[in-house]
Amino acid sequence: MSRIYKNRYLISRRIVQVTILGLFIASNIYGFNWLKGNLSAAKILDVFFLADPYASLQMLAAGLVISMDVIIGSVIILVFYSLFVGRAFCSWVCPVNIVTDTAFWLRNIINIKIPSGKHLKLTRKVRYWILVLGLVVSAVVGVAAFEYVSPISMLHRGLIYGMGTGWLIVLMVFIFDLLVLKHGWCGYLCPLGAFYSITGKYSLLRINHSKEACTDCNDCKVVCPEVQVLDIIGKKSGYINYGACTNCGRCIDVCEDDALKFSIKKLNKQNTSR
Amino acid sequence: MSKSDKKYSRRETLQKLLGSGGLFAIGGMAWAGYVDENKGTAMVLRPPGALEESDFVRACIKCGICVETCPYDTLELAKAGSEYPVGTPYFKPRDIPCYMCTDIPCVIDCPTNALDEDLVSIAKENGESVLDINKSKMGIAVLNTETCLAFWGIRCDACYRACPLIDEAITLDISRNERTGRHAMLKPKINNEVCTGCGMCEHACITEETSIFVLPPNQVKGKVHDQYIKGWEEGDEARIDTTKVYRDTKTNEKSTLDYLNDTESLFEDE
Repeated sequence: MSRIYKNRYLISRRIVQVTILGLFIASNIYGFNWLKGNLSAAKILDVFFLADPYASLQMLAAGLVISMDVIIGSVIILVFYSLFVGRAFCSWVCPVNIVTDTAFWLRNIINIKIPSGKHLKLTRKVRYWILVLGLVVSAVVGVAAFEYVSPISMLHRGLIYGMGTGWLIVLMVFIFDLLVLKHGWCGYLCPLGAFYSITGKYSLLRINHSKEACTDCNDCKVVCPEVQVLDIIGKKSGYINYGACTNCGRCIDVCEDDALKFSIKKLNKQNTSR
Repeated sequence: MSKSDKKYSRRETLQKLLGSGGLFAIGGMAWAGYVDENKGTAMVLRPPGALEESDFVRACIKCGICVETCPYDTLELAKAGSEYPVGTPYFKPRDIPCYMCTDIPCVIDCPTNALDEDLVSIAKENGESVLDINKSKMGIAVLNTETCLAFWGIRCDACYRACPLIDEAITLDISRNERTGRHAMLKPKINNEVCTGCGMCEHACITEETSIFVLPPNQVKGKVHDQYIKGWEEGDEARIDTTKVYRDTKTNEKSTLDYLNDTESLFEDE
């Protein structure tokens, strides 16, 4: 029981990820109208559409007059993540998260340790530049550029409609994360993650840290895919107020001291930590 | 970020900036090159109501809802590494043609209007527009008369019978079989104006490899210059643009006149 409890958010995330994927696949195979389409755009119960806001932005950059269905669908997604759950798409929905988490897990098992200074040096800001570059390339080429190379779309669309050679780019992400750079894809490169990092900065759902309970064991920093967001750990209590935090809850899972928990940010209360 | 990182001189900062700027420029070019190479092929059959190909690949969000909605499993979503732009819908009529649903669910469900309702609708007299699948232009059927059995004189009208617009999109040309002298030839003939490109003819063709096949509409288009006028059709001369000079090539009038006036050279020996 305690093992399940110690992985409660990991297990919940896998259940959510697989359920969403399963609904998409079942809708396609059996012709249900639960969740038609894929993560780029979807139709729920034949009532309304959801759409990937970054894909919509690229299409806009490519010179398309976006349809009302896609605008409304993108706004629903944007409001949901930016207002409520932050960057949770990355850890609770995105299928590539399973791939990169597996790479991280395997990396620890086979104990890959690259001495500091010897590994590939990248700043986490690269992803924001890739996000902008994606829009520039879309404008130049006249189609949504990231959608042609995105491992997220390749994997998700591939699982629903057939993979083709799309597994190659997923394998690239896996190898990059496993051998080249820890949390490399999600933490440094992915422009969609960068997009949700920007929009998720002011969401209500936050990890809350209690300095009083913390014993400075640093277990949370070992598992966190965006370790820079945990700068207040052991220093002061408060919310993890970074958009890059994916709200995966892994830090809460591994914390032995109950020093971390999910909480809803109280808007009226002045928040001292940044 | 450790403190030592911040000790760059202005020169080093500038060099670093140029370095990463260059990397992004190269990355962007490679990215743009890859996408540009893969964004389009002229040889693909799209669902009904699809915009013109370059507009279509721009508008398609690659969600696959049209594929799921199609009751006949006609449509497929292009896999990565296939000959078509990844994630976009297409169909191969030899496998499954478009069965021309009158409610056109694939078009209705398209969130981005890459499949445009207006392209498969007709305006009624009261100003209302109604769906009309027969207005779709997915492609145009083309006939290989070398392999078509009807052109051999063998009785086959499979494509003609399969055509949902029988006697409109495909008609039969009846003529005498000169070889036998006692049989008729029933040659299928396609009316490009009417053909929707549904591909039911291609699906029905009985030859080992199909002798009638659908090509994308942009691959089967001839166009006549405006100055060629059907004198026997009333009003056709309206096509002439009187303000336009109908000449494509530049000629040097002086050299032309010199050539014509040069009578000397006519009497010269070779």
